[in-house]
Amino acid sequence: MALAVGCRARPGKSRDNKTGSWRVFKPVFDHEKCSKCGMCQTLCPEGCVHEDTEGFFDPDYAYCKGCGICAAECPKDAIAMKQEEK
Amino acid sequence: MMQITEGSFAVAEAVRLCRPQVVSAYPITPQTHIVEALADFVANGTLDAEYITVENELSALSACVGASAAGSRTYSATTSQGLMLMAEVVFNAAGMRLPIVMSIANRAMGAPLSIWNDMQDSISLRDAGWLHFYAEDNQEATDLHYIAYRVCEDHKVLLPAFVCFDGFILSHTYEPVDMLTQEDADKYLPKFSPLERLDAADPISFGMYATPEYYLEFRYENDKALKGAQDVIATAGKEFKALFGRDYSAMVEGYRLEDAETVIVAMGSICGTVRDAIDEMRDAGKKVGLLKIRVFRPFPSEDVAKALKGAQRVVVLDKNISLGAKGATALEVKDALYGSTTPVLNYIIGLGGRDVRKKDIREIVALAEKGQGDQFYGLRTEVL
Repeated sequence: MALAVGCRARPGKSRDNKTGSWRVFKPVFDHEKCSKCGMCQTLCPEGCVHEDTEGFFDPDYAYCKGCGICAAECPKDAIAMKQEEK
Repeated sequence: MMQITEGSFAVAEAVRLCRPQVVSAYPITPQTHIVEALADFVANGTLDAEYITVENELSALSACVGASAAGSRTYSATTSQGLMLMAEVVFNAAGMRLPIVMSIANRAMGAPLSIWNDMQDSISLRDAGWLHFYAEDNQEATDLHYIAYRVCEDHKVLLPAFVCFDGFILSHTYEPVDMLTQEDADKYLPKFSPLERLDAADPISFGMYATPEYYLEFRYENDKALKGAQDVIATAGKEFKALFGRDYSAMVEGYRLEDAETVIVAMGSICGTVRDAIDEMRDAGKKVGLLKIRVFRPFPSEDVAKALKGAQRVVVLDKNISLGAKGATALEVKDALYGSTTPVLNYIIGLGGRDVRKKDIREIVALAEKGQGDQFYGLRTEVL
């Protein structure tokens, strides 16, 4: 694929940049403890936490950088940060 | 039509004839007369453009970047400290491949504060990816604006350009200038046709984020486009000559180079003084010639090496200094001559408006003949 002159891009192009590869610690969501309050989704700086059809939340690991804000803010301690094994 | 006019006004008039759609600039000595004249043209209706007044040079060039990305032919002018305030945007404009043309009325850099001429300002931004044209006189300064727009807007190039001319020495000097008519200018310079442009109906971003997997390649493309501009300049120069008779197709210009033992390499208005000094030295039996560099970026290394082939010594005059190294032109000339045994002697001259006269050129040639080079010429040792 030829480079776009002047690094020009159509909207949505940042999705090609899979920032999940930056992660050292991975948030693991425990639906048993989750109260579905949605704080993790609200506070995620990457906007990568999504709600499923049952109202539970999960991160998109393709973009989650592992910053740990969701785990620190979760009022039910339902998110654990586990070191990635690569 | 031949007119006796001030350099700044001649440049402003040429810019008017290039029909820029957006002009944004901040006044700074010695560039002020150019932007004052353009503001007048817009106010009195002889130039149909948006004149965006701004709070400083950073905003001036930023406005040009936005306007150029939106598909307008854009123009700015600045010098010295103003150019340095723009520096961040100077790099961005090249990286976004926007064909902005900007006049630089060359002036020294502070500190100490100086409003007078040398070329430290534009030379300090030689690595930013812009084309650099240097004019010897006001005729050339005006003509290079038409050439610059033609070359920059070519889809093979798509890069911005500095058109540099010496502050005060040219910008505030009255000279005869053969001015194109609007009809002539329109014949030479077609409407700007952007490759892509900002459009709310079809959104696009310019100069996006490049990860380490891509950044190197983008820089390679920039460098390739800039180097490739030499061919486009040659073509644009030939077409200009065919229409108007003046030839800017070569990146360098020789004067009495045939059989020259000493060749002086220089840029800008000093070349006029050097030509006169050469005539006198030739009359006195000294074989001296001039190689004038008109296009500093892309640097025409092959043309320089070819032109300097027969020389016994090369004298490079630099109205700038890469502090801690040498004059910028000397470094380029040495690179162009790598592997040859021809001595290259560098003289830092005329900084901060110090006058350089014919007798100085003669003295420099005499120093070069004795092998004494790589020095600041004309130092007043009594104040050191």
